[in-house]
Amino acid sequence: MLLNDTALIFGRYARQTLRSRLAMLFGVLMPLLYLVFFGPLLTGLPLASRGSSWQVLVPGLLLQLGLFGAAFAGFTIIIEKNLGIVERMRVTPVSRLALLLGRVLRDTAVFVFQSVLLVLAALVMGLRAPLAGILIGFVFVALLTLSLASLSYALAMKVHTPQEFGPAINTMTMPSMLLSGLMLPMSLAPGWLDVLSHFMPLRYLVDAVRDAYVGSYATAHMLYGVLVAVAVAALAVTVGTRVFRTAGA
Amino acid sequence: MTIISTAGLARTFRTRRGEVEAVRGIDLTVREGEILGFLGPNGAGKTTTLRMLTTLLKPTGGAATVAGRDLVTDAEGVRRVCGYVAQSGGVDPHVTVREELVTQGRLYRLTKAQAAERAEELAHELDLGGLLDRKTAALSGGQRRRLDIAMGLTHRPRVLFLDEPTTGLDPGSRAGLWDLVRRLRDEHGTTVFLTTHYLDEADALSDRLVIVDEGVVVADGTPGALKLRYGGSIDATLQDAFLAITGRGPAPADSTPVAV
Repeated sequence: MLLNDTALIFGRYARQTLRSRLAMLFGVLMPLLYLVFFGPLLTGLPLASRGSSWQVLVPGLLLQLGLFGAAFAGFTIIIEKNLGIVERMRVTPVSRLALLLGRVLRDTAVFVFQSVLLVLAALVMGLRAPLAGILIGFVFVALLTLSLASLSYALAMKVHTPQEFGPAINTMTMPSMLLSGLMLPMSLAPGWLDVLSHFMPLRYLVDAVRDAYVGSYATAHMLYGVLVAVAVAALAVTVGTRVFRTAGA
Repeated sequence: MTIISTAGLARTFRTRRGEVEAVRGIDLTVREGEILGFLGPNGAGKTTTLRMLTTLLKPTGGAATVAGRDLVTDAEGVRRVCGYVAQSGGVDPHVTVREELVTQGRLYRLTKAQAAERAEELAHELDLGGLLDRKTAALSGGQRRRLDIAMGLTHRPRVLFLDEPTTGLDPGSRAGLWDLVRRLRDEHGTTVFLTTHYLDEADALSDRLVIVDEGVVVADGTPGALKLRYGGSIDATLQDAFLAITGRGPAPADSTPVAV
């Protein structure tokens, strides 16, 4: 039942995405600009203890893509809610979890696809990394977008207008970007900033993907990254499903 | 036979300014195959009641059954037997009529083939035949409303809830919709529970009226009985009866309190 329902909802929103192929490419534009105009500044800097600076930068850009993309996923549901589409689906016996999962899996597919484009561009720019590490990177992007998109839908179901939603999301994404060491590794940070950044769950994902990109898979960073990513995803899906179950108050 | 029965059904919303009792306690019964007009001034709690009866909103008090299924403990059972058409409808403007109808069928757990067949059938029944491959944004107001209703009828529900189904429609489309509602009841025995602000509509369409005000039922009866009792005569308009019941607008002359 859940599988069928999820596939049905996923199909509906995948078709929606395919109707606006251009929009799908816009998402990859910002990280691509960082890659082309910011990446070259770092090539000469000794950012990484192992490997090149591309192996530090690209993991950050991948998760940045996931962060900014998925956090805004909820925008579409504000429109759908106002059109009555969400309630129309909620009066049917369809699984509440599927109403969320079908949507967030669409988002996950979109951002993993964009990540592949970004990595291909990075390879052209000079990135060299083990294939397994690159694939692990995509898994983390998937987990991150699953979590953030779920929370984004949950928040979007609670607000009434896009005007409230945009600033709320910006308030959360900016500190997440800065405190997780997305742009430059936190190993460069003074002690207090490094300590502070450990309270930002995204940091553990960034560290894990950077390890994967230099071929270190059995590290403490990787363990914490997996634990945090899975725990946050479980929490986010639970919260999101709850909102679909009780929304409208 | 009773198909909907509620006892003390209530909903309180918590807001920043304290608790708001949108629905204080609704007691009503609806018989199978009845067209029930659910009336009341703005803010009386009509839509909130409807949203509780369709499982969109959990009651904070009281109990209700729809077709023998308990609203709280068997929400999924209630969803299987009732259809709901909200004021806003609920179709995506960028999607074709066919895709919406088929997806709706699949949400009600029909197979692909069944859902495709049901979409054709509904389009035929609701006079949307030539429009199946059109985007819903390209439909006229009347066509849109018929599509909204087709979506609510996908699973042949025993009870259909319509929230202000004719608001914004031209007179021709309204008349068409009245015929459709009557046909649903006559041919399929569907119970129709509808809210409206048009008293002529309530008068023409409903077998029985339930009037709510400030979250409770304040009157219940056939249009004729309400006119006689509250309007003073069977020839009174429903408008007179409605205003007398809810106490809004000019009060009837004979009920003006004598100055002391």
